[in-house]
Amino acid sequence: MSKLDSKIPEGSIEQKWTKYRSSIALVNPANKRSLEVLVVGSGLAGASAAATLAEAGYKVKVFCFQDSPRRAHSIAAQGGINAAKNYQNDGDSTYRLFYDTIKGGDYRAREANVHRLAEVSTSIIDQCVAQGVPLAREYGGLLSNRSFGGTQVQRTFYAAGQTGQQLLLGAYSALQRQVGSGNIELCHRHEMLDIVTIDGVTRGIIARNLITGEMEKHFGHAVLLCTGGYGNVFYLSTNAMGSNVTAAWKAHKKGAFFANPCYTQIHPTCIPVSGDHQSKLTLMSESLRNDGRIWVPKKKDDTRKATDIPEEERDYYLERRYPAFGNLVPRDVASRAAKERCDAGYGVGKSKMAVYLDFAFNTARYGKTEAIKQNIHNPSHEQIMTLGKAVVKEKYGNLFTMYEQITGENPYEVPMRIYPAVHYTMGGLWVDYNLMTTVKGLYALGEANFSDHGANRLGASALMQGLADGYFVIPYTLGVYLSAEVTRMSAEKDKSDSIDKLKTNHPAFETALKEQTDLINKFLNIKGTKSVESFHKRLGLIIWNKCGMARNKQGLLDAIAEIQALRKEFWSDVRVLGTADEFNPDLEKAGRVADFIELGELMCKDALNREESCGGHFREEHQTEEGEAKRDDVNFAYVAAWEYKGVSEWELNKEELKYENIKIAQRSYK
Amino acid sequence: MGSGHGQELNLTLKVWRQKNTKATGSFETHQLTGISVDMSFLEMFDVLNEKLISEGKEAIAFDHDCREGICGMCSMYINGRPHGPKQGVTTCQLHMRSFKTGDTIIVEPWRSGAFPVVKDLAVDRSAFDRIIASGGYISVNTGNAQDANNILIPKTDADEAFGAAACIGCGACVAACKNSSAMLFVSAKVSQLALLPQGQVERKERVLKMVAQMDEEGFGNCTNTGACEAECPKGISLENIARMNRELMGATFK
Repeated sequence: MSKLDSKIPEGSIEQKWTKYRSSIALVNPANKRSLEVLVVGSGLAGASAAATLAEAGYKVKVFCFQDSPRRAHSIAAQGGINAAKNYQNDGDSTYRLFYDTIKGGDYRAREANVHRLAEVSTSIIDQCVAQGVPLAREYGGLLSNRSFGGTQVQRTFYAAGQTGQQLLLGAYSALQRQVGSGNIELCHRHEMLDIVTIDGVTRGIIARNLITGEMEKHFGHAVLLCTGGYGNVFYLSTNAMGSNVTAAWKAHKKGAFFANPCYTQIHPTCIPVSGDHQSKLTLMSESLRNDGRIWVPKKKDDTRKATDIPEEERDYYLERRYPAFGNLVPRDVASRAAKERCDAGYGVGKSKMAVYLDFAFNTARYGKTEAIKQNIHNPSHEQIMTLGKAVVKEKYGNLFTMYEQITGENPYEVPMRIYPAVHYTMGGLWVDYNLMTTVKGLYALGEANFSDHGANRLGASALMQGLADGYFVIPYTLGVYLSAEVTRMSAEKDKSDSIDKLKTNHPAFETALKEQTDLINKFLNIKGTKSVESFHKRLGLIIWNKCGMARNKQGLLDAIAEIQALRKEFWSDVRVLGTADEFNPDLEKAGRVADFIELGELMCKDALNREESCGGHFREEHQTEEGEAKRDDVNFAYVAAWEYKGVSEWELNKEELKYENIKIAQRSYK
Repeated sequence: MGSGHGQELNLTLKVWRQKNTKATGSFETHQLTGISVDMSFLEMFDVLNEKLISEGKEAIAFDHDCREGICGMCSMYINGRPHGPKQGVTTCQLHMRSFKTGDTIIVEPWRSGAFPVVKDLAVDRSAFDRIIASGGYISVNTGNAQDANNILIPKTDADEAFGAAACIGCGACVAACKNSSAMLFVSAKVSQLALLPQGQVERKERVLKMVAQMDEEGFGNCTNTGACEAECPKGISLENIARMNRELMGATFK
């Protein structure tokens, strides 16, 4: 029998969540006060969950490695958040958002979770607006929407190119409100190093105070990992420098299955790599594809300036290949198409590994509309462009400024040069419908779990999922487990050595603490010759080249061998300076890179196992004649959930995906 | 290609080193050669740290995370200016093309009693979190909201609120101010919420509590020199301070 029970409720897809939500056992307010919940991570999922649970009366502790919970990387999300409000009256509905997400994910997501996500999407917008999040508005005072990839409706809400920032600050303010009321204890500059389990049940965590180096034990009746994705396994990604997999990975090694690690999202529109010194890549929001047209020259190795290449010598390859969706195809499709053109020799810029994202056409279009609005007759081309630029600036100003800062080029005058970069990871800890991992009492929310995006996430859906999990799912589903905890606590109340009395004095905490302390000392005692950073860079290159936008069997086998060798070298030759009892960013990074190396191996193993192409996972052996991803629904319509069995050893568990409401089909955006 | 693409710089860096909050710090001098003008300022620090590690010396601690100018974590005081010589950018978005070969660059942490140095260039800004916790929010529990389009907000008000809400909480305003005043930071949040209909109910209480917490944290007074606005990487306007003063008057003299 499968070890995986997804606990999807019975009933029709439209009724599942509503009925289930109303039948979950409740925890009475007095009992909530005696239940402690540890929330690791303070991004959209973590902050919203912590605030909501504290409002409900639970005792909550929040951990973040940054100096403030407001720094979490959700802050950098640019373009927007989807919600099936149908404010534009353009045919949107819960079903359509559900359908688009399943299709966008290339039929590798769980129907019930995705439908729930679509259902609660509308409440998220209401909640955020009530908090004072200044989302973009029309002149009449109503909320404004724009389009994102993989959809033909306008359902994306936004705040210029800073939507993630505004939503996170909303959730952060709700979190700080609870901190101010004494309902949340905030542990900033703290990094979770392990979970503590007793008889297979999560009872707390070990965390390191990053300023003093002190190792701490924290007891909790439930632990929520809201720790984001693992894109930094590639070294270069659009993730923040500190984003890491450590919390999820340590949980994995303690029994939480890791699902679909090979599903990684390579975002099509990022600023290209400019040199070896580069420490990270910067995204240019997908929203730019509303008004930017993507092209390369029709001629190979064309060295003319973009503005000197006449219209008829440009290949708008997305519009050519996908007339129905054009520049707004999903990310995986757009990325592969860019790679295809560059690999074929049509790339632009010095490295030839870039394509143009051109705003001239739509700048002119906006300019003409503005001229009409302002009653300017026979405007000159210059006037039109000036008026148009003002419109473009209002929509994307901060992105254009960022582009200019990084490249030294002015995108109002010349097209942007862009290339795909690692951006998001659809894989993550396996969770059931309640968001519980395979370890009792341990939950994963937001990007840290695997559940909603299948093999490819649609734009503006990450913010939606993070906040859905935190505001509207976990506050209900946690009750399933905690109500049982209340029963257990009451049964054990006279036991002198019950976990509720012992808490962190239970010997399991001491054992876990010692393990992690030993690990830290181990890093410091290797006293090798190579920096942590250098190992991270090398790991990233292996994964990018062999488990990136295109994968094949031989490459993956090579990568696994190379990663195993890298791991050995790391543990014998890494140089970590400083001490354990001080603020030591290099030591923090050593732990994160050690975990990335192990994860990297599993990613390649998962990619090797999945003998099909789907979404972001493209196996060169499995493609259609037109070069599109070719799925194998007979053999691979399952979630690959890996169970850790020891160094380089995993056991595959499968959760079969059943499509009862959407007909599984070849994805087409033509 | 960007202007000066491919050029390399030779630089002298004078960097503040301080073991921990209690230790006495001092400047340390380093020579760097062959720094590409395409590097960001923090990538230049990555190069320096790799060099230090290869020499068996401890890397310089500094705060940074998103490197996209939005998380607000990076915080270097460069040649006497928070976030360096360019206007409207954070340290992570400052690129080496803003410097010339042969330059001496002096790098310090934010200087303010309310922001104690953690180590080297990293400081503790949790005072900002406590100010937000004192009242920088709208009290609305999850699930209590009405339909978002039931609240109509004139575009100009929404835009103005957004302008204030764009603050990244980096603390450059405090570092720039001779009095270490946090008025720009606090007023940005007070303004955002005072401009929106959702923020009206708690309007008076909010400004009183936030200002009280700001004073308790030990930030200095505002003397209207405008250094904060000039150095703010997000262009948060001094008008917010004026608005907060009006809000405070309104809340104090009922």
